[in-house]
Amino acid sequence: MDFALIVLIELLRAVAGLVLIAAGLAIIFGMMRVINIAHGEFLMLGGYTVVLTTKLGVNLWVAILVLAPLFVGVFGVIVERCIIQFLYNRLLDSILATWGLSLLIIGAVTVVFGNTVEGVATPLGGFAIGDYKMASYTLVLIFAAALILAAIFAGLKYTRFGLIARSTMQNPGMAEALGVNSKLVYMATFGIGAALTGLAGGLLAPIAGVVPSMGVYFIGQAFITVVTGGSAIVAGTLSASTMLGTLSQSVTFMSGPVFGDAALLLVALILLRLLPQGITGRIFSRSL
Amino acid sequence: MTVMKPRTRRDFMRTAAMGAGAAAVSTVFPAISADADDAILVGGLHDLSGFIDFAGIPMNQIMLMAIEEINAQGGLLGREVKGVVYDPQSNMSLYSQYATQLALKDKVAVVMGGITSASRETIRPIFHRFKTLYFYNTLYEGGVCDRNEITLGTTPAQTVEQLVPHTMNLWGKKVYTIAADYNYGQITAAWVKRYVEQNGGEVLSTDFFPLDVTNFGPTISKIQEAKPDMVMSVLVGTGHLGFYNQWAAGGMKDEIPIASTTFGAAGAEIEIIKPEVANGIITCYGYYPQIDSPMNNAWVESVKKRYPDDTPFLTELSAFTWEGMMIWADAVRTAGSLDRMALIEVMESGKEYEFPSGRVTIDRKTHHAIRDVYVADLQDKQYVIKEKFSQVQPVDTQTVCDLEKDPNANKHYEISLN
Repeated sequence: MDFALIVLIELLRAVAGLVLIAAGLAIIFGMMRVINIAHGEFLMLGGYTVVLTTKLGVNLWVAILVLAPLFVGVFGVIVERCIIQFLYNRLLDSILATWGLSLLIIGAVTVVFGNTVEGVATPLGGFAIGDYKMASYTLVLIFAAALILAAIFAGLKYTRFGLIARSTMQNPGMAEALGVNSKLVYMATFGIGAALTGLAGGLLAPIAGVVPSMGVYFIGQAFITVVTGGSAIVAGTLSASTMLGTLSQSVTFMSGPVFGDAALLLVALILLRLLPQGITGRIFSRSL
Repeated sequence: MTVMKPRTRRDFMRTAAMGAGAAAVSTVFPAISADADDAILVGGLHDLSGFIDFAGIPMNQIMLMAIEEINAQGGLLGREVKGVVYDPQSNMSLYSQYATQLALKDKVAVVMGGITSASRETIRPIFHRFKTLYFYNTLYEGGVCDRNEITLGTTPAQTVEQLVPHTMNLWGKKVYTIAADYNYGQITAAWVKRYVEQNGGEVLSTDFFPLDVTNFGPTISKIQEAKPDMVMSVLVGTGHLGFYNQWAAGGMKDEIPIASTTFGAAGAEIEIIKPEVANGIITCYGYYPQIDSPMNNAWVESVKKRYPDDTPFLTELSAFTWEGMMIWADAVRTAGSLDRMALIEVMESGKEYEFPSGRVTIDRKTHHAIRDVYVADLQDKQYVIKEKFSQVQPVDTQTVCDLEKDPNANKHYEISLN
């Protein structure tokens, strides 16, 4: 019984992990159709922000929840202005450019900070369920993922900026004709996507090894989740994360992580064969 | 650089008698030919960028330091020694390109390098074919059989054989192994199982992890369910570093202790993972900077003196690179030539070298090092050495390789215990 509860929490945690690493990408790729290969490095920058600022004495939670999204968000806006804005509707070019950006960020961080920066320990300690112990931080991750999805949903659905952003992504020409500064909307949307990615990187910092190359461990799963999810940001991310996360984590519990990894890829493969437009291309296609 | 480094025990005694452990000795050395064309070239192929540069940069620093020391002692054969350094960037095609270049274009006398087994198996056959003497100075899974290569790093049979009984005596007989899912992890995990069983213990389970796994939640739950007396970590790479944080976060650190064949092997983990998480992990390697011998203390000081700001991690990898340079230099002096076969014959003649890590002999059958290994407990980024094992043989490679019988061998055996 205790073990079943542990498994349940771990399943939720797997879903939350995918939501966290994919949410920012879902906005940047799902909404703006920009393939940001440097997404993993945005996560890494979030992690580095946490590691470096806590070293300077900043409170860990301030670093994770405020500084990481703030810094990566601002960085995202700069990247959008300098690189991405020229690459809208140029899918292949954007891949090449952001790949270069990814290498540049890894190189720059390595040169400036070195790749052995002391990390942060996981805060909050653990709690016990029967004979089992678990990190309380796991619950923070699950909670944060839920909150992020809720915030994206509310932001898109109930705010004026959300409405403008959606309309701009749908039909930039028409939106401009109605007086929307589409450039500004693109910039802000990219910045928000980057900030969410920074937040995810910050949240992952205490449970991962923060090194310049850490992005590579996340980018694959992030893209698989977003592509499997399809065009709807919230419904797509949530449905894909749930499906891939629970399946791969269940397989991990039953047969070990090697098969867990394989299961995730297999499920994504089958889903994309059946639903080439992603889950939300067919189902929930009118949702956000 | 005029620091004279002890090279053999006799040299060391002399140096010590001069009261000059690590102090500069002003001795007039024989004049070295300044003619650059006349220099003896030493190739260095270490990853200076890319995902394991934290391992490659210290090895390269120490190789260059060793070259300076050799030159300060008058060079070799009256000629200056010069390093030819390339950065293969953790990229296998660059490894093969630079290896070919070192052998054919630069015509170096010897090469130090290769870190991952993949990189070694890329360049080893190249140096074999082009008859360029090659030193591999990294701990690895064992099994290389090639008379052209001198292998100084420890193999699983050398370290796991000591680590398993030591930790089982401390903690108990039930072991849970977690290992990286590639040949090093698979082979090492098999050795763990063998030694645990030989010592009357039981491996409850062995879980393998692809290198990109970052979430260890399910495994941590499964370990708790299995209730082992200890966890043996054969995890590799920065992705797996998350395990230690996640383990400590759940409060497991004080419940079940961890031994590892990999933690801190290249030095980086000790810097990245906070002491409150890493304290108490027990490892076994062929070198620790805390080895308390006059020679090692002097050597550590000399490294700090040479690299005061960017002191390299002192691990097996960097320390054995220095040993490789010294073994080669000694062979050149003894043979009085750079002829590859003459040098190989000197090195495999059973000479005993006294080094900071202890006594080293090259095993004639395998060209691997017979050396002292140590078990140590990590506390606040410092190792506390618990036990020393003298003159441990590379038993694993010895079971598959005999260069006396087959001097032309050119193979990396996958040592299978299953």
